[in-house]
Amino acid sequence: MMERTHKDHAQLSDVFNEDEPRVNWHDETLWWVRQKRDRAAHGIPEFELLRETASQIKNNVLSNLSDYLVQFEANALANGIIVHWAANAAEHNRIVHSILEKHDVKRIVKSKSMLTEECHLNEYLGGQGISVVDSDLGELIVQLAKEPPSHIVLPCIHKKKEEIGEIFHRHLGTEKGMSDPQVLTETARQHLRETFLTRRIALTGVNFAIAETGEFVVCTNEGNADMGAHLSDVHIASMGIEKLIPKRKHLGVFLRLLTRSATGQPVTTYSSHFKTPRKGQEMHIILVDNGRSAQLGRKEFRNSLKCIRCGACMNTCPVYRRSGGHSYHNAIAGPIGAILAPNLDMKEYADLPFASTLCGSCSNVCPVKIDIHDQLYKWRQVIVQEGYAATVKSVSMKAMAFTLSSPALYRFAGKSGRLFLKYAPFAVSNQMNPWYKQREMPEPPAESFGEWYKKNRN
Amino acid sequence: MNGELVLMNNERRTMDNQAKNVNLGDSKKMTVGLFIPCYVDQFYPNAGIATLQLLEKLGVDVHYPAGQTCCGQPMANSGFEHLTHGCNDLFIKNFSGYDYIVAPSGSCVLHVKDHLHSGQEEDKALSVRGKIYELIEFLTDVLKVENLEARFPHKVGLHQSCHGQRGLKLSQMTELVAPGFSKPGYLLNMVKDLELVPLDRMDECCGFGGTFCVAEEAVSVKMGKDRVEDHLKHGAEFITAADMSCLMHMEGILRRKKSGVKVMHIAEILNAG
Repeated sequence: MMERTHKDHAQLSDVFNEDEPRVNWHDETLWWVRQKRDRAAHGIPEFELLRETASQIKNNVLSNLSDYLVQFEANALANGIIVHWAANAAEHNRIVHSILEKHDVKRIVKSKSMLTEECHLNEYLGGQGISVVDSDLGELIVQLAKEPPSHIVLPCIHKKKEEIGEIFHRHLGTEKGMSDPQVLTETARQHLRETFLTRRIALTGVNFAIAETGEFVVCTNEGNADMGAHLSDVHIASMGIEKLIPKRKHLGVFLRLLTRSATGQPVTTYSSHFKTPRKGQEMHIILVDNGRSAQLGRKEFRNSLKCIRCGACMNTCPVYRRSGGHSYHNAIAGPIGAILAPNLDMKEYADLPFASTLCGSCSNVCPVKIDIHDQLYKWRQVIVQEGYAATVKSVSMKAMAFTLSSPALYRFAGKSGRLFLKYAPFAVSNQMNPWYKQREMPEPPAESFGEWYKKNRN
Repeated sequence: MNGELVLMNNERRTMDNQAKNVNLGDSKKMTVGLFIPCYVDQFYPNAGIATLQLLEKLGVDVHYPAGQTCCGQPMANSGFEHLTHGCNDLFIKNFSGYDYIVAPSGSCVLHVKDHLHSGQEEDKALSVRGKIYELIEFLTDVLKVENLEARFPHKVGLHQSCHGQRGLKLSQMTELVAPGFSKPGYLLNMVKDLELVPLDRMDECCGFGGTFCVAEEAVSVKMGKDRVEDHLKHGAEFITAADMSCLMHMEGILRRKKSGVKVMHIAEILNAG
């Protein structure tokens, strides 16, 4: 994993922006994905109806979550699946480890699961002497590079193919300078084939779990979850408790939205249903809370739990595209990460809700209609109220509020050199002023509108 | 076009009808309180003057309450909404007596609409929130302007300010699968000799974002540079918007690169000629 840094989003973005052509490349790559999403969405006239339907189904799930969980557990047990409950990340990790210990297994293969990123499972298992190989191509690349994913759907979108070639050269023995995507992909396939054939335990994530049937659905484009699960003796599936949907008939709504929103495809290449372990196989589901119940209890923020992890809000976010996923220093980056993370650790992630212009594009692309930008605004209020704002900011905000509450003070502040906006801070033309560093200051006019009006209208 | 606009504003139909009666010479002439946001007052008085003159030209009885300051958004968007009571009370005191409140800024109007509260007079706060309009939507939805005596012989790039567009729905948003419309575009098309240039990204944020512009300087500037570049690439001589804050940010970038391209508030263009 990347070294945890105490730099905040703004500082990490500063570093990211030192290489402007690279920022352009990152922005254009993700904008291209956003455009693919637009074409796919516009391809079906009922797209907005689908979003509304998905949103309402998820609202129903959140309002009846405990009932659906109990129903799901009963049906999964009846199907022969072993069900575990984990209150937090540590419990989840220990449960995984206990299953490995029971089978005396030291090596596992894992398909993409943002939940295991959230729980830092790889690090934990590494510490227990367990080797984990990520089988999603993008995940494998960042794992070899010892970095966290920068995007929930496109984990190595921040890497250029030449850099991936270098990583493969170092770790998988490809020729130096080789960056042909087909050659690199074939190399990864051969490497993973050996892994799939030799691992006795496979771990997957869960995209949807169906309360009515006790089955779960895993969506991938590479078939890597299936390769892992079908070749192993033990299949462990980790899922956040919010992944439930009530009935199988609801699944179509979400499958139609998921990849249209994520990558602009009509549907994932593989949408695999797992219901009962095959003969001789053991199947486990770990239901993980890790802060979700707390979020469910926050009235203003609970509907963030509707998220189906499509990543559309990242692709459309003009800030994400120009700051990169790692600037969010959280397993889940972008706008959705910025409203989920403060629930887990308000102090550590106090900067994230401010890493937005509140432009609202995220809420518009969200397939389950999470009011992301409104929640960013609301988190800002909570974070300040809880005392996580910088003192200097609090002082200047109080001074500003005081000035703006009084017309006389406001006029005085304006007259003395239009310095009202000094709180913003616009006051000085030097490189220390973050406005002036790359922008000219507005030219102060001879008189304010108020002064003009007094002369010309009264 | 107008039909679509009306459909988009069903919730405001009652008010629209009131305005229509007024325009038809109702004995009770409507009064409009003009809100000129603080930074427009201080840095861009011409945008305020153009707004006032445009409304006067259209026969509106418009007043500018002298005791006004700010809507409180700079504090609220920074997480300090709890410090905005003073601004809120002052706003209510200044504006609750008017039939409508009009301001040349989508962002400030959206803030008032969404977040104006009062400890003592919540009913008045609610009333203010219901009758405040951004200038463009006031022209298209309330006054139902069908032609303008304006001429502006230039190539103009229209920047869709996010709070006006996605918040107040001044234009359709590219994310949604829904019929297109543009209230600012509708009005600009009435201006003689004005040519609107196309853009590669017709509704991407400029990166101003209030205190974001200094707190997240690197990303803010990069977003601004990219927006400006899109307009320059398509030959715009002027960049216009319904929000001066976006334009202030883009102007800072244009002037730093010594570009001859100017920014101009949409009210100044609609009032030109």
